Amino acid sequence: MTTRRLRTLGTLGLAGVTGLVLAGCGAAPDNAGDSSAQASDFKGCIVSDDGGFQDRSFNQSSYEGLKAAEEHKGIQISQAESQSETEFEPNLTSMAQQGCNLTVSVGFLLADTTKKVAAANPDKHFAIVDDNSIKADNVKPIVYNTAQAAFLAGYLAAGTSETGKVATYGGMDIPTVTVFMDGFADGVKYYNEKNKADVQVLGWNKDSQNGTFLSSFQDSSKAKTVTQNLIGEGADVVLPVAGQAAQGTVDAVTEANRSGKDVRLIWPDTDGYETLDAGKEFLLTSVLKEMSTSVEDVVTQAADGNFDNTQYVGTLENGGVGLAPYHDQQDEVSEDLDKQVQQLKQDIIDGKVTVQSKNAPTA
Amino acid sequence: MSASTAPATSDQVSAPPPTELSAEDPRRTLLGSTLQSVLAVVVALILGGLLIAVTDERVRQAAGYFFARPGDTLSAMWRAASSAYIAMFYGAVYNPNGSTLADRLYPLTETLTVATPLILAGLGVALAFRAGLFNIGAQGQILIGATLAAWVGFAWQLPVGLHLLAVVVAGAAGGAVWGGIVGLIKARTGAHEVILTIMLNYVALNLVAWLLTLPGFQREGSSNPISPPVADTAMFPKLLGDHFRLHWGFVVAVLATVAVAWLLNRSTVGFELRAVGANPRAARTAGISVTRGFVVVMLLAGLLAGLAGTAQIAGTEHSLTSGVAASFGFDAITVALLGRSRPWGTFFAGILYGAFRAGGVTMQSMTGTNIDIVLVVQSLIVLFVALPPLFKFATRRSQEAAA
Repeated sequence: MTTRRLRTLGTLGLAGVTGLVLAGCGAAPDNAGDSSAQASDFKGCIVSDDGGFQDRSFNQSSYEGLKAAEEHKGIQISQAESQSETEFEPNLTSMAQQGCNLTVSVGFLLADTTKKVAAANPDKHFAIVDDNSIKADNVKPIVYNTAQAAFLAGYLAAGTSETGKVATYGGMDIPTVTVFMDGFADGVKYYNEKNKADVQVLGWNKDSQNGTFLSSFQDSSKAKTVTQNLIGEGADVVLPVAGQAAQGTVDAVTEANRSGKDVRLIWPDTDGYETLDAGKEFLLTSVLKEMSTSVEDVVTQAADGNFDNTQYVGTLENGGVGLAPYHDQQDEVSEDLDKQVQQLKQDIIDGKVTVQSKNAPTA
Repeated sequence: MSASTAPATSDQVSAPPPTELSAEDPRRTLLGSTLQSVLAVVVALILGGLLIAVTDERVRQAAGYFFARPGDTLSAMWRAASSAYIAMFYGAVYNPNGSTLADRLYPLTETLTVATPLILAGLGVALAFRAGLFNIGAQGQILIGATLAAWVGFAWQLPVGLHLLAVVVAGAAGGAVWGGIVGLIKARTGAHEVILTIMLNYVALNLVAWLLTLPGFQREGSSNPISPPVADTAMFPKLLGDHFRLHWGFVVAVLATVAVAWLLNRSTVGFELRAVGANPRAARTAGISVTRGFVVVMLLAGLLAGLAGTAQIAGTEHSLTSGVAASFGFDAITVALLGRSRPWGTFFAGILYGAFRAGGVTMQSMTGTNIDIVLVVQSLIVLFVALPPLFKFATRRSQEAAA
């Protein structure tokens, strides 16, 4: 028994070594020297919250923005992932001590720490995503009026719903989440007023600010149960505002479609068609929060020596928030409905329709 | 300081002294030699270095033409691993690039700051180990301690000095209650402490998450799950001035180590706890109340973990969030294991783990090495600490099977 196991191990080991040997048979490159000229000695840095840079959500998009700036401007970058909240301050301090000219903090959880570290390092610049509580000369808040884009998504959802019920739920009851839900609910309400329809929103009541939450951004099995319940109650469009956990909604929607129902989902933050592995065919659209673009803009400005501390608010007008293409669901959206959505977008930009949410950042 | 050198004062003669542990005793894992601990750390660091090397981008490029120029791969490996560890050293002990002496010594103070909760919670776990209990619940005890400390810190208005004292007492009491519940249930019903403590961790975490949805625990005008900052009077004063994060909580950790060392080695209660841990049946025969021992040790273990929570609130974080305990409660188990459940062993193991955490931050930001490497090194240490007794156990079993 033991000898056989040893022999198996030996075979495996041999196979591994052979693999390595074969892999190492390439030709050596010429020693022409590393001529990758650094175009800029500006250093842009980023500190994640405890979600990490692979969260398919705001940490990841912000990091991609910084990487885009590295590529386009030739700046140097450095990144630090926080494993827990207790690492925010050491990470930010470490960035400042290393000579980062601009450090981007991702998430409202870093607000206290960013304020403190920015005050201790007045010669360094900082930017913080999703928080505008800090008023300091060297801190630029980057926030998004996501309600505007979610409003369009709500209108679209109501327009495509056949059961007359659409749904949304959140990961946690925090403003950056509920701002999506507010916009979505109001979009549906606006559709009802315009088209004398009676589409209901499940999972969120904007007036009482009560709704369905997971109390987690990771618990995808709970997300699946919640989504199954919402579909069971008759919803045929679901907007999960739940970070990584929203994968549970993808699973539930996929299963519902397999069992003959016609259910679609709307992805938050990024274009789900590009980030999802499976189930993208059920994606009606995505509510985009263009964090990578705005982080790249802010870093580029700072690298050009044009840092300022006025807050950046992403809106439909400046393209900071928006609606993704319909991709596979193109046929489900009638030409007329698409026209209405485009018109509504223009109306919001022109101020003819105002989107209000107490959870949206104030300018 | 080992179990065999118990003081035999006249009133304790009736109790059996904890005997020398035999080689097969699984408790040797907890009480093994210092050399084993040091070796475990060294081997883990070497393996961690290899891992850094093989995951490095440049090493992988050079490995593509290994047989054409093997030196490239080897030097790239050496450069990747050494630069990562040098960065870790710069972040944990001494930063030669600092412009002032304060800047150069900043990393060392960071290490001690991070070590503070690890030492305190580690002592709690170690103390329970010595009484034969596996306290997996330090995480929950830290959280409850931190919650009470934070609440007293931001909701109460008290004069300077008194306020901090109230915060420390509240934090310690919170942890003690959370740990004491376990001791009590175990003593009354015989339920296993591992299950109890793990479950109470979840209860604590969800309790804190729920409290943070209540307006009384949130900041005015915000519904974010973060408590108001504690009052200035509720904070530990900085130990070395405002430039450093190191606070008086570290002094509390040193005092706690002295107190636990005295308790275990010089007091009657400590002697009884060790007797219960070494052989509960013999202890009972000798007239020691084993059930009382369980309650007392879990109260004390919880109290120490509660102090760790207090150090987080009053020392570094100043506001309560559900992540305030990081993973300190679980790291504390490793710290106690590496410290062989001895007070000063735990103290130095806590500082080592503090150095890993503080250094890992710099390693990540300077060399781009993934911070998870630190977790791998920490886990390897646990593995190597636990390996020798496991190995002995396995060889004995195979010998028996062969016979």
